Amino acid sequence: MRAFAYERAADVRAASLSGAAGPHVRFIAGGTNLLDLMKLEVETPARLVDISRLPLRQIATTPDGGLRIGALVTNSDLAADPLVRRRYPLLSQAILAGASGQLRNRATTAGNLLQRTRCFYFYNLAMPCNKRTPGSGCAAIGGFNRIHAILGASADCIATHPSDMAVAMAALDAHVETIAADGSTRTLSLNNLYRPPGNTPHLETNLAQSELITAVLLAPPPRGAQFYRKVRDRASYAFALVSVAAILHTDGAKIHAARIAFGSIAPRPWRSPEAEHALIGQAPRCETFEAAAAAGLNGARGYGHNDFKIPLARRTLVAVLQDLAARRT
Amino acid sequence: MPPHRTDDPPDRGRLATSRRSLLQSALLGGYTLGSNAPLAAPATAAQQSPATNAPTDATADVAMRVALTVNHQPCSLTIDTRTTLLDLLREHLILTGTKKGCDHGQCGACTVLLNGRRINSCLALAVTLEGDEITTIEGLGTPNAPHPLQAAFVAHDGFQCGYCTSGQICSAIGMLAEAAAGWPSHVTGDIATSPPLTNQEIAERMSGNLCRCAAYPNIIAAISSVAGGSTQ
Repeated sequence: MRAFAYERAADVRAASLSGAAGPHVRFIAGGTNLLDLMKLEVETPARLVDISRLPLRQIATTPDGGLRIGALVTNSDLAADPLVRRRYPLLSQAILAGASGQLRNRATTAGNLLQRTRCFYFYNLAMPCNKRTPGSGCAAIGGFNRIHAILGASADCIATHPSDMAVAMAALDAHVETIAADGSTRTLSLNNLYRPPGNTPHLETNLAQSELITAVLLAPPPRGAQFYRKVRDRASYAFALVSVAAILHTDGAKIHAARIAFGSIAPRPWRSPEAEHALIGQAPRCETFEAAAAAGLNGARGYGHNDFKIPLARRTLVAVLQDLAARRT
Repeated sequence: MPPHRTDDPPDRGRLATSRRSLLQSALLGGYTLGSNAPLAAPATAAQQSPATNAPTDATADVAMRVALTVNHQPCSLTIDTRTTLLDLLREHLILTGTKKGCDHGQCGACTVLLNGRRINSCLALAVTLEGDEITTIEGLGTPNAPHPLQAAFVAHDGFQCGYCTSGQICSAIGMLAEAAAGWPSHVTGDIATSPPLTNQEIAERMSGNLCRCAAYPNIIAAISSVAGGSTQ
């Protein structure tokens, strides 16, 4: 690990001011991803700003009936929160499907959103990687790309975003609240938080260097039954090959509303308005679900080893929708 | 016991064997810690010199003092900011019951309790833990008065080589507290409920602890016996 200086941020504003010092500064909270990458020298910050003691650990209801989740709420606390379990079960399910008990006790809400890809080549300093070393090339294209993206990738990067939690949040229309070094705050949808890889895959978000996520905002839960399904190589403690977060509101005769997001098939949690449009107003039956899955995967492209993800994502979505339709809410 | 300090030969865990104590004494005999040595080197034969960490321009910045409590004993050390909690326990305090497996949060061998919650000590920087309370396997019981989980692992033969065992036991303590607090898991049918600790629930909740000997059935039996859970 490279040497770094360490400071404990006194408050949120001080943290963002410290963060503004330059690209060699990293915020650290749970550290479960950053420290791992620092050991491998994939990340080489010269200074760490410890934000873990900042007062951002509250989960509170908002005046509109939604939820404000502090950036430092641990994955464990969020998944176990009674209100989350009752009103946003999809979110608890997604978090509990990820990592291990130990990691969830340490990992934070904002850290989970900002975690880096698990692309093998990103982790391997002996390999080219445009995300790690801009301009060096992509070893995954033409390499072992079983875990890689089938949607939203670029000619320079086919890495996926590995989070489960973020997929549920995408289906729930989550927004992040941030503060910048000048004290200004803003909210961004998850869609605007993540940047498409394009030819700059090392730039993963639209956050400024100093910008610190302070909370995640959820609107009141939409009507309908919620479910998160994760497909992976082993039953527990593995990243997804494909995951689906879905919310379906149907009376049994007609689908009134739908939210669909895929995980681990794109550089970001992949909300699918195409699949949603194919569902709304239709009868909740198998043909409808298959049409929605086809619409959701329209334009998907495999890179060899990951070709299987296209039918797998399609079938997983159909299975989730069948399950949700049976609940009729 | 006296508090842990960098400048003294560290305390050994209460469960340490005499063979280990002897080895540690031998190692510590050649462990030339100056009273102000800020960057204690790992206590291995190959790395006895504090000069293992080559001085850089950043040396002044990377030495930092941290005070925390380990097994109810306050300790205050000056460490390299790069020191993980795992390395602080093993190399500075010589609490070698906590094991280094993968060092990347993938195996669970290094599991300890941080303020009562289980974490991977390999993925926590020690300097971030100012004022925190750590419990390691050495803080749980003694050979004459073992923690119920330690006794259960012996009674149920919950290991073969034993390398993962301290992490399994610390993890199980944290897991049982989580279950007692009503936390659901990935295999809980209705996420709003607090399920009984079936073997399936225990297996899922313990999935962050790998056992290369595959002693899983006995590990689950040991934990289940302490949880008072079902035997399904």
